[in-house]
Amino acid sequence: MAAGEQRGARRRRPAGPPGEPRRVGYLYLLPALVVHALFLLFPLARGAWISLFDWDGLTLGRWVGWENYRALVADAGLRAAFGHVAVLLVFFSVLPIAVGLVLATALHRTRVRGLAFFRTALFLPQVVAMVVVGVAWRNIYAPNGSLNRALRSVGLDSWATSWLGDADTALVAVGFVGTWVQTGLAVVLFLGGIGRIPHESFEAARLDGAGVVWEFRAVVLPALRAEIGIAATLTTIAALRTFDLVYVMTPLGGPGRSTTVPAYEIYHRAFHSGQVGSAAALGVALTALTFLITMGIARITREERAR
Amino acid sequence: MFRNARPGRVASWGRVRAVVLAVVAVLAVVPLSASSCVPGARSAAARPVDRAPHEVRTDPAALGDVTLVVWDQEVRGGQEKQITALNEAFHRRYPNITVRRVARSFADLRDTARLALTGDDPPDVLQVNNGRQDMGAFVRAGLLRPLTGEAAAYGWESRFPQQVLQLCRYPDAGDLLGEGRLHGLPQTGELVGIYYNRAILAELGLTPPRTWAEFDAALATAKRAGRLPIQFGNLDKSTGIHLLGLALHRFVRPEDETALATGRPGASWSTPATEAAARLLVEWVDRGYLPEGFAGVHSDDSWAAFGRGEGLFHVGGSWLVPDLSAAMGDNVGFMLPPSSDGTTGRPVVTGGTGLPFAVSARSRHPDAAAAYLDFITSPEAMTVLARTRNLPATPPKADRPADLLGTVITGWENVTSSGVLVPYLDYATNTAYETIGDSVERLLAKAIPVPMFLEALQADRDADRGGR
Repeated sequence: MAAGEQRGARRRRPAGPPGEPRRVGYLYLLPALVVHALFLLFPLARGAWISLFDWDGLTLGRWVGWENYRALVADAGLRAAFGHVAVLLVFFSVLPIAVGLVLATALHRTRVRGLAFFRTALFLPQVVAMVVVGVAWRNIYAPNGSLNRALRSVGLDSWATSWLGDADTALVAVGFVGTWVQTGLAVVLFLGGIGRIPHESFEAARLDGAGVVWEFRAVVLPALRAEIGIAATLTTIAALRTFDLVYVMTPLGGPGRSTTVPAYEIYHRAFHSGQVGSAAALGVALTALTFLITMGIARITREERAR
Repeated sequence: MFRNARPGRVASWGRVRAVVLAVVAVLAVVPLSASSCVPGARSAAARPVDRAPHEVRTDPAALGDVTLVVWDQEVRGGQEKQITALNEAFHRRYPNITVRRVARSFADLRDTARLALTGDDPPDVLQVNNGRQDMGAFVRAGLLRPLTGEAAAYGWESRFPQQVLQLCRYPDAGDLLGEGRLHGLPQTGELVGIYYNRAILAELGLTPPRTWAEFDAALATAKRAGRLPIQFGNLDKSTGIHLLGLALHRFVRPEDETALATGRPGASWSTPATEAAARLLVEWVDRGYLPEGFAGVHSDDSWAAFGRGEGLFHVGGSWLVPDLSAAMGDNVGFMLPPSSDGTTGRPVVTGGTGLPFAVSARSRHPDAAAAYLDFITSPEAMTVLARTRNLPATPPKADRPADLLGTVITGWENVTSSGVLVPYLDYATNTAYETIGDSVERLLAKAIPVPMFLEALQADRDADRGGR
């Protein structure tokens, strides 16, 4: 930072340390905040307001206060829906990050030919609309689909099942698609991060006699903390708001309601069964949960950066 | 966006605090300014009243220049053709009325109808999904215009069979389909019957079964010969409801079935007849009459498989006629559900109408809207509907197609004139579609026994009593 700039800042704000945000900063935020408030905060507040009513979306609403929220907690089907989201979190977030770390390290170490091709191929699911992904995987999982045909061709006939039609396998089947989609994002993020690690760090580690695993733990993992944070945030949000995959692959929430998720329940209540107040309450609850979890992730990665 | 997200640029606490403050501020201000703004306050207008027949102006040419906004979901193949042709013909005959058409898919129309009808600028005419959770709810909220006066002025009561008009009548409470005033008109009919594969039937030495005993025998013969008796896919849980309907036709009295389908007080799912119907479904699973893994096959994929020649029978709606005749040509046949004695005198069939066209209560052009409804359901319109390969609600006598569609049209005529048209089972309650779909799926998967299945359906029925 230039000396003149520092002096100027000191003259205007003798109390604060250099670099501390000044009030004028809020002015810069204003345009974005106005748009944000208009299209996000206002609808959010309106949704929160509606969540305090028993309203069918047509006739006059009836004030019920916290009753909708109380009903949410008491609803066993909804608790199950949040449980399904917890399972999806593993498939959408934990697995892609774990697989992504391994794949990115391997791709970086082995210097494969046509890296750009693999990167594109892995990222491709991210570009395809989720509805298309859902329809494609519905065909793969079909009783006569390619997955079962492949299993039968290698003699695993007893493994072949109606993947989306069985209450025991439907959620895992949907979750795996999430892993397939999100892994590409994680790999591309991590490859970018590894690429920025100075070559000397790897050389130093090797000189110290570090193997693959030790090098990964000592060099790659610490350098990728920010990327892991971003990947975790994006994939977690994707998991929490899962709707399209469930809607396309297992309509009406799957066999025995085994794949229903909060986002699907919101849609169903608001648009089909005339429980707009309850849908709004569920939406607010899901927003709050998403906010808390992503704040938590941001917090953890921030603290670890301040090492 | 990833490039920017380097360490140090992730949301700083100052910014987060500003956002949180803003949220709190908005949350605090909005309820104050909106305390009079209870949701639904704007839509809660006075209930629309009937007009006397003489108040309805039936000469559209004398209405002056009118732009009529019409929302429909006639977007597939023959539907698109018929509505485009009729809209053009309407404008040719009455150049002073311009139809501004807003076409949406069924799902889009259904999801936006609520907002459209309660908004400041509702469409004049729109197609509404029948059943309690949609059309019934709109009537209850006073958003649709009752058409008693219009019906008398135009003579709609004699144009349609009563069984068809029944399906557009709702009382002001919106709960009991079939009672109360007329709130819309359908263009087309729908019925759920049994498609069969002629080649497989001939190969097995069978004729289309007329009695339930013959139907049972055909299923058994097909199974023995290594043919799939019933093509079925229930991933989306929509066809399971039709299978249950077919079984109900066999055991339950038509009046009782209609009472169940429309959620009449006193209708009961716990009877020996309904139990027998549920047991029949389980028996079909046990005997392997349904394809392996049917719970994981989408209904669209299952009729496509039937179209490829997989399966002797397929229980499905008349909406499959265009696709199945394209896939199978003359090899596909259609029959109404069998009867106990083999007579075809009083067929009992699940069915209904295409989505009724209704008039928004706040339309500023009710006369033009009524004229439009009259035009698109007129005898000339029915000829256009048949020619564009739809199932007309009141089929024209001449110009009958000779193929599969012709068979379906004849079946529709039999049912609406001398049979019983049982409404879809999911019309009963706001949640019936989900409850019945879920319960049938679980019954077929042996996840719940028959008594529990019936209890679940009864509970849905009872929870709804008294309405929301």
